Amino acid sequence: MSDLARQLSSDLAPVQRGLVLRRLLFGLGGGLAASIVLVLLILGPRPDMSGAMDTAMFWMKLLYPLSLVAIALLAAERLARPAASARSRLAWLPLPFVLVALLALVVFILAQPAARETILMGQSARVCPFIVLASAVPPLAGLVWAMRGLAPTRLAETGAVIGLAAGGAGAFAYAWHCTEAGAPFLAIWYTLGIAAAALLGGLIGPRTLRW
Amino acid sequence: MQTAEADLKALMLAGLAGDAAAYRLLLESLQQQLAAFFRRRLAGDLSEVDDLVQEALIAIHTRRGTYDRSQLFTAWTYAIARYKLIDHFRRKGRAKSVPLEDQALFVADESSSVEARLDIERAMATLPAATQSLIRDIKLREFSNAEAAASRNMSETAAKVAVHRGIKKLMTFLGAEPEKRP
Repeated sequence: MSDLARQLSSDLAPVQRGLVLRRLLFGLGGGLAASIVLVLLILGPRPDMSGAMDTAMFWMKLLYPLSLVAIALLAAERLARPAASARSRLAWLPLPFVLVALLALVVFILAQPAARETILMGQSARVCPFIVLASAVPPLAGLVWAMRGLAPTRLAETGAVIGLAAGGAGAFAYAWHCTEAGAPFLAIWYTLGIAAAALLGGLIGPRTLRW
Repeated sequence: MQTAEADLKALMLAGLAGDAAAYRLLLESLQQQLAAFFRRRLAGDLSEVDDLVQEALIAIHTRRGTYDRSQLFTAWTYAIARYKLIDHFRRKGRAKSVPLEDQALFVADESSSVEARLDIERAMATLPAATQSLIRDIKLREFSNAEAAASRNMSETAAKVAVHRGIKKLMTFLGAEPEKRP
């Protein structure tokens, strides 16, 4: 048995700080890049890209998912460590949801009654959550890979948190194609797709994240 | 306990910086403590204990990058040992969680041992008063069955049976299956 201690300590490489976050970023980045390429190749960039870039909603649709990615990733960085708690980092999670929901509510109330259905349902409400979920699969795969090399001990919770990060990344990728410009649309249909990705992560966590 | 944490953490930090000698010393020390930890929890089966020690030690090594230098090193190690134990039980389909957290790996985890004591107290309260005092005398104060029985005017067999039933009830209450000898 003492052989094992000797074997493991021979050719010992130093460990750098920040390894956990770097590994998670690497997995997420690989998956996100794949998702963006797939969205642009299969669905194509939105045709009105240059005009849309002057609108606040274009940036909102990128910023909202990105803020969720950031919070979930920081929480995952804690969950990847045995005996560490992610609670203080997850405490930030409601913020983006609440802000976007409030914005959506204000926009909806201020809109002309006739325009309300358009800003709520747009042209693509029926497919949006599914495409967001599908776009979340490559980043989720990347994050599962990253997490398997780390040491999460709460597998369902960890799965849900990396699912959330993947959902945010999927929504970010899809936003380069999607032409919807209603804040209520973003608040409902994007959020639904992201939540589905978190649920998926929570379901597959206990099986896929074991070590 | 304080010195175990400080010593082991110093060795770990040296190991993370690439000091193979310190790291080997750390692994050898952990090996012994892990063996004691798993032996207590598995009640017997030595081959299982060896497998688990090996598995936990390899996990500690390959996942040493997840140790956060601001964390207690013993808490990190304990969490890995506990995870491996739960995983072991889950694989064998024996129990869903590790019950009776009364002895932490390094007896460092104060809060969980207090919790465990409270759990046991609550479980004890469900037993008849006579059985409770029997269990306390025999299992905690280490009176012999004969001594405990004599002080109560009951036969030794009756005392043994009462304790056995009481423990079984405690285990059920705490959500563990009574131990089965293979």
